[in-house]
Amino acid sequence: MIELPKTSRRKFLKNLGYISVGFPMLGFAFLNQDPEMAARVLYNGNLPGSMRNANQINAWLRVMEDGSVKVFSGKVELGQGIRMAICQVAAEELDMELDQVEVHLAETGLTPDEGYTAGSGSVPNSAMSARYAAAMARKKLLELASKKLNTPESELILYNGLVKTKNGSQSMNFAQLLEGAQLEMEVTKPVPVKVKSGYRYVGKAIPRKDIPKMVRAEEIYIQDLRFPGMLHARVLRPAGYQSKLEKLDDSGLGSAVSGLVKTVVNGSFVGVITVREYEAVKAVDFLKKRSQWSESPDFPRQENMYSHLKEIADPPQQIRNDGNVNEANNGISTYQASYTKPYLQHGSIGPGCGIAMFDGDILHIWSHSQGIYPMRRAISGMLKMDQEKIHVISVPGAGCFGHSTADDAAADAAILAMTLPGKHIRVQWSREDEHTWEPYGSSMILDLKAGLDSQGKIQTWTTDVWTDTHSMRPDSDPATLLDTRYLESPAQLKGRGYLGGGHRNADPYYSIPNMQVNAHFFNGPLRVSSLRSLGSYGTIFSIESFMDELAEKEGKDPIEFRLTHLEDPRAIEVLKKIKETTNSAKLNDGEGIGFAFSRYKNTTAYAAVAVHVAVDTKSGAVKVLKMWAAVDVGEIINMDGIINQLEGGMIQAASWTLKEEVTFEGNKITSEDWDSYPIFRFPEIPEVEVHMINRPEEAAEGGGEVSMPPTGAAIANAVYKASGKRVYDLPITPEKILS
Amino acid sequence: MPKFTIKLNGSKKTIEADSDTPLLYVLRDHLELNGPKFGCGLSQCGACMVLINGKAATSCIRPISSVGDAEIITLEGLADKNGKLHPVQEAFVEEQAAQCGYCLNGMVMASVALLDSKPNPNDEEIKEALELNLCRCSTQARIIKAVKKAVKNSAGL
Ligand code: FES
Ligand code: FES
Repeated sequence: MIELPKTSRRKFLKNLGYISVGFPMLGFAFLNQDPEMAARVLYNGNLPGSMRNANQINAWLRVMEDGSVKVFSGKVELGQGIRMAICQVAAEELDMELDQVEVHLAETGLTPDEGYTAGSGSVPNSAMSARYAAAMARKKLLELASKKLNTPESELILYNGLVKTKNGSQSMNFAQLLEGAQLEMEVTKPVPVKVKSGYRYVGKAIPRKDIPKMVRAEEIYIQDLRFPGMLHARVLRPAGYQSKLEKLDDSGLGSAVSGLVKTVVNGSFVGVITVREYEAVKAVDFLKKRSQWSESPDFPRQENMYSHLKEIADPPQQIRNDGNVNEANNGISTYQASYTKPYLQHGSIGPGCGIAMFDGDILHIWSHSQGIYPMRRAISGMLKMDQEKIHVISVPGAGCFGHSTADDAAADAAILAMTLPGKHIRVQWSREDEHTWEPYGSSMILDLKAGLDSQGKIQTWTTDVWTDTHSMRPDSDPATLLDTRYLESPAQLKGRGYLGGGHRNADPYYSIPNMQVNAHFFNGPLRVSSLRSLGSYGTIFSIESFMDELAEKEGKDPIEFRLTHLEDPRAIEVLKKIKETTNSAKLNDGEGIGFAFSRYKNTTAYAAVAVHVAVDTKSGAVKVLKMWAAVDVGEIINMDGIINQLEGGMIQAASWTLKEEVTFEGNKITSEDWDSYPIFRFPEIPEVEVHMINRPEEAAEGGGEVSMPPTGAAIANAVYKASGKRVYDLPITPEKILS
Repeated sequence: MPKFTIKLNGSKKTIEADSDTPLLYVLRDHLELNGPKFGCGLSQCGACMVLINGKAATSCIRPISSVGDAEIITLEGLADKNGKLHPVQEAFVEEQAAQCGYCLNGMVMASVALLDSKPNPNDEEIKEALELNLCRCSTQARIIKAVKKAVKNSAGL
């Protein structure tokens, strides 16, 4: 159940510019005749997981004084456009104008606890909760109006924020109907939802409301928040992961750096607070030169990394075992191959930032964390402070693509704010700290083996995957926050987070009677956590590269070969669509087109990707000329929003595939900036084209991650077609192509 | 602390700052502008771009003491007096050329400078002009479309 606001929310809402200031009541006055009301159908399916702990209408939706509606979501905006998607579904069910619906994103005590904004889960959870809450609200508002206006529901019209009688004699807005109350009843099935054929907004390309604000340089990001008297701070990171502070000489800091407020030392945590932001940058430089740290142990040598990871892995866990692979392998041809993927960075363009202020009772935190409730649990553990005394407000940051440094920056700010009550402390991470301290996406090794019968059908499949965890997100274990490990009484990680992400999509979606998946988990040398699509990028890179190899061994067309192993008509359709789309593409010498397919998590959206590359056989340089995707996410909420996500997913994955690898030497991470960890720049950007297969009757799935896994394999397959060179070890660099 | 007067978005601004303070920090911290963003502080990503005498330039490693009387225009200074957006800003909205939008400042500033010097660039010229600007959300394909849209919008003016 949602808690009631304890402090003055209005003030905080105002500070963020989120207060509702009224809107033009469009109503019916501008319409010549009554609008045609779309029919409702009874929805009896499952309610979203997010509604389990928040099943009252008013947990999701409240009517404001002016009759407009505010929708509450526990998800955060990451640039994926979730605010617009939620606005669309709520306005749709309530038959309101989009401007009459405002969306309030995650804030503790105010919005439902929806955990993390991750795993392409915001549409199926948050947007669908908003849909059912809004549909239920409409039903209740009509019931109420029927009583108040003494008119049967069949004689009422609810449209654009008003309920009026068909004869036009009476009308009321939602606030007048409720007289200050809210809709407290539960959302219960069946829910009368609008028929899809009557949609005004859902499925359409509705422009986001935040982009006009971005081009006008309005206050949007956490970096833009400014509070009166706010101070700036930076944290001096240790010399290495395991280093302890041995000596710190801050004498002379006050004269070397103007605006010094204080230095805060707590164990091996060193923070410095100044009046101006650049003063904090200089103060940390000063302290870095005057600090001594114990040596952190060396990382394994980079060239031996994969053998090292195999050595340190735990005994395997069997994840799946269908049929009997060993028996079925008798007498058929078997093939095997091994694939590797390095550690990858999130590489957010805006390094982590956090703001905190302790008012003497409540610690207020502004953060671009992906999960403010779980982060609050971690910070509460770190500070040994009651959760109820911590109030967290989500504010957008730069796109972060998983668990990056937002939570760590918030923790920094929280620690420092507790030493200076009444002051807002803003911590901005440096680019170097972001690159060298963020939790990377884990390195992986995939050993695959398949057995094919004489008809060329795959009879057996074995995946052995070596991986670290793909989720060390902040939650009840405070050591998930970096700072906790360096404080005076440090805490070490209690567990390894959610391990399942490491073998996500490790079992092919193809019909194979005998299938085995074994996961070998290791506790690797680098800090890791969730990176967009988790293990799927690595598993699908290997599976879909291998599928092309098997097809070639059987002398089959790669798409035909896949189709003979698929039964799901939705999977078949995306593959046929991608084939049809690329049929007319012309290939020059040294060029090739590669394909790959996956159904994300094997349970959600379908994507087939094609990539056209040119390989320069002299230099080994790969140029991606064009990428296509055919995607089925079920019901589409915002056509333009989903395409934007899918395009971005393909380009980001192409950058991972061709350029990216976290490097280290001795006890230092050497990928410390954009020169030493290069990512795609404009001259490398291909054309992209996305084809959507809209299925309004199917469940709506998110699209943030689905185009990434097949993109890596499609590039590897295209490079093979263009150059005859199959690369098993990511990234696909010119050296590997020439070797 | 030394005082500096800079020409910013058509008016003069005087601030007090250490002379090694980069222009970006003066714009964001002292003058409370939101347009230029901190992305790397190393002149590697373009998030902090402004126009200096009409040319797109990073502001994160340029000390305030070296700015002198150069004309500085930020994202805030692109719209006209009546608030009408620059054609490049309009085109970014029309093409929905943003995901998180954190890189958008640099993308817009670099595109404005490009179109000033080359009103009808081809794809390769657009890519070259934006080479310094990174976008991790990987919205580049749309950004290229937005620049082309801006060319069309400007031609219609
Ligand atoms: S912040 Fe100036 S180029 Fe990155
Ligand atoms: S839109 Fe997020 S960095 Fe470009």
